Amino acid sequence: MAAETHPGTPEPNHARRFTALWVISSLIATPLVIFLLGPSLPPGNGSEQASGHVTDNTVLLAMATPVLLLVVIYLIYASIFFRQPKGGVLEGPAVRGDSRVQTAWVVITSVLVLSLAAYGTVRLLADNGAGSGSGPKPLTVPKGPKLPVQVIAQQWAFTYRYPTYGGVETTHLELPDNEMVELHVTSIDVIHSFWAYKLGVKADANPGVDNIAFVKPTHEQSFEVRCSELCGIWHGYMFDKGHVVSPAAFETWIHEQQTKFAPATKVLPPYSKTYSPEPTRRAE
Amino acid sequence: MGGFPGCLWRHRLASSGEQVEWGAQLSTLAKKVLGVGSAVVVLGVLIGLYVASWATSQPNTIVASAAPPPSGGTQLTLETVAAIGPKYEPSHPDWVSYLVRKDNKWIHSTIYSVPANSVVHVTLYQYDGDSGLRNPFLSQVQGTVGETETVDGKTINSIPPEEASHTFVIPQLGVFVPLPGVPEEAKNQCEFAPCEGAAHRTITFSFRTGKKGRYRWQCFVPCAAGYIDGFGGPMQTLGYMDGFINVV
Repeated sequence: MAAETHPGTPEPNHARRFTALWVISSLIATPLVIFLLGPSLPPGNGSEQASGHVTDNTVLLAMATPVLLLVVIYLIYASIFFRQPKGGVLEGPAVRGDSRVQTAWVVITSVLVLSLAAYGTVRLLADNGAGSGSGPKPLTVPKGPKLPVQVIAQQWAFTYRYPTYGGVETTHLELPDNEMVELHVTSIDVIHSFWAYKLGVKADANPGVDNIAFVKPTHEQSFEVRCSELCGIWHGYMFDKGHVVSPAAFETWIHEQQTKFAPATKVLPPYSKTYSPEPTRRAE
Repeated sequence: MGGFPGCLWRHRLASSGEQVEWGAQLSTLAKKVLGVGSAVVVLGVLIGLYVASWATSQPNTIVASAAPPPSGGTQLTLETVAAIGPKYEPSHPDWVSYLVRKDNKWIHSTIYSVPANSVVHVTLYQYDGDSGLRNPFLSQVQGTVGETETVDGKTINSIPPEEASHTFVIPQLGVFVPLPGVPEEAKNQCEFAPCEGAAHRTITFSFRTGKKGRYRWQCFVPCAAGYIDGFGGPMQTLGYMDGFINVV
């Protein structure tokens, strides 16, 4: 790297100047990212899991900020101080490699990536899957009582079954506030994915698979449920509105559903972790 | 200096006869690349236009007619057939389908227009046999006026799931109507549309439309014969077993 020099003008120490610029920018930007941008990062604070995602996103962004600044500041610095003079085609000096730079690059990036991997693993385990589908046998299960709710996906709608309330099935998802919910996500046809963005929950819905995810809503709210796996022509319309209500309101609602859907409940198969509907004559 | 690499190379290397010759060769090559590139772009645009035309083509919108007094609201008269037949769809004569009646003619469309905040009365002639519901929960009538439907004059709030032939469901409006099939033993079964005079079930129900919007509707019975899970072909093609309700 050689900047154009003028007779009598000493070449500045670019490495020192650039490092100073980068360190100062990082020291200013990183706290701003953590304290100003962090709280407004997605997916919000609809549940303990969603709040955890906000924390994780903040950590990731805070670690990425100095890296981003390193690249951006270098680009700007180089384009200002290492510009090619007008009217000439000059080749820069051959770069032969620098073991110090190479070593630093490998070590720093390795430390960054491995520490993020360790952080992610710890967070996943500590938060019981962090709202993601953890398969039929999750590695960690939250302690205490849990409300089991089965999410049944099909082309192109979700329905919800509450095994502890007589196995009633409903067209909308209603959850009690401040209670741990154990979602059992499955499909009765093709692959889908259950995504309650505001609650920080996302779990694949695969036929024949009981995909368990845990979520604990932290306040009363409405939230949207979407399918996030391309599943056919009406995939884009496979959405629904859910609600988190007070425990008392939930009890009232679920008993209303039990009464309303009594005729359907009578003909439903017994509650099961997965369903294998009989092939229909047409589909054979 | 031109923008094309060949021109750039020729400019920079124009200091010896040998290099000029090489530059001239590159320039010819550049012309060829430019020609092929242009052809590829034109072809891509044409393919894109064809795909866009195919993807955006859809059946005509059928406006619901005024319902006869004293019921008020609007009337939709529909029928379901096991196969649309060559008269309506030569390219897919064996596909299961809905049809809609307009001006005393059956029209192959599944896009209907109805007024906002009104009651829509639906009469549906069901000419198809039963296939059975994959999710028995959908055998219960929901979201209709009175939460019921009538089947051959009898008011009911659910049907046996295995007797379902199709459903008429508008998920966003909460309307779920299971449609029982024609019994297998019935005589004079309809092979393909038009089906007048053949064995059928007559189903009626009404629903309220609410605010303006475009709401999709679909059948939930896996009734697409010969397709994986019974949900391919006519279940994934606008105009057969799904469509839109335009609330205007």
